Amino acid sequence: MSAEGSLKTDLMVYAAILVMAGVQIFMAYHSPGVIRMLVVAAIQAFLAVMFFMHLRDEKPTLRIALIPATLFVLVMMNMVWADSFRLISMKPFPK
Amino acid sequence: MSEANLTMGHGAGVMEDRPFAIPSKKLVMWLFIISDACTFGAMLFAYGYVRNAAPDWPHHFETSSIINVALMTFILVTSSLTMLIGTRAAKAGDKAGAIRFTFVTVVLGLVFAALHLREWSSMIHEGVSLFQNPWGAPLFGASFFGITGLHLAHVISGAIALTVVALGYKRGRYNADDIEIWSLYWHFVDLVWMFVVPMVYLLNVAQ
Repeated sequence: MSAEGSLKTDLMVYAAILVMAGVQIFMAYHSPGVIRMLVVAAIQAFLAVMFFMHLRDEKPTLRIALIPATLFVLVMMNMVWADSFRLISMKPFPK
Repeated sequence: MSEANLTMGHGAGVMEDRPFAIPSKKLVMWLFIISDACTFGAMLFAYGYVRNAAPDWPHHFETSSIINVALMTFILVTSSLTMLIGTRAAKAGDKAGAIRFTFVTVVLGLVFAALHLREWSSMIHEGVSLFQNPWGAPLFGASFFGITGLHLAHVISGAIALTVVALGYKRGRYNADDIEIWSLYWHFVDLVWMFVVPMVYLLNVAQ
């Protein structure tokens, strides 16, 4: 960990992550939606990786090595959705 | 420069600078974290798949369950903060402070695990198991216990690892870098929980 950042920054990020967790709970009761909730979770994760795990203080080569490959794998997993919709709406064996 | 020197890497001038400028143990932890992120990603995608494809997916999490989850989230995020303070203390040479805050983190992790096990116990008592679910789709039990169980296993193994590292640091076997490397793991466990909560709990709230 480099000397960048401070306890004040850590506390602000901690508070922001908790507030966003509260926002998710509010959304669950008032406007549930998977995309909206996952966007909030992604922002929380970004803050955790950059500030708690101090990836922002590392060399750019480390970020380039880690982030695109991980995101690529996670994005490619999205190809399952078409099949899950087929199961519920198209019926493999229609009467 | 001979080929032998290049391949054996004995000459100091032949070696490249470390491309990431971090200790090799830290790089290994980062590689573990991205592989674990893909594991959790696959489990959450599988969960989304079965949830999407099941017409009778249960929405049974009552307000009491959501309050419990909110408390668990608060405890886990707070444990990340205490781990940060412990890491900062270790880097500043404050050995006592680093050990104290690492153990606070371990205790918070164990409280989280206890709350989780209490919730599991309540659900099992209501009839949910790996293969059956009284509220609808049977796969709910398998996916719920699979995802939360994998996460719980990470929390418990993280608490054990942090205890071992803190005791080793106290005895001089490990150094501040080791505390920092295991703090990465702990923050990752926290990060995964941020996705488990909306996917598994909040999208299945009883309205």
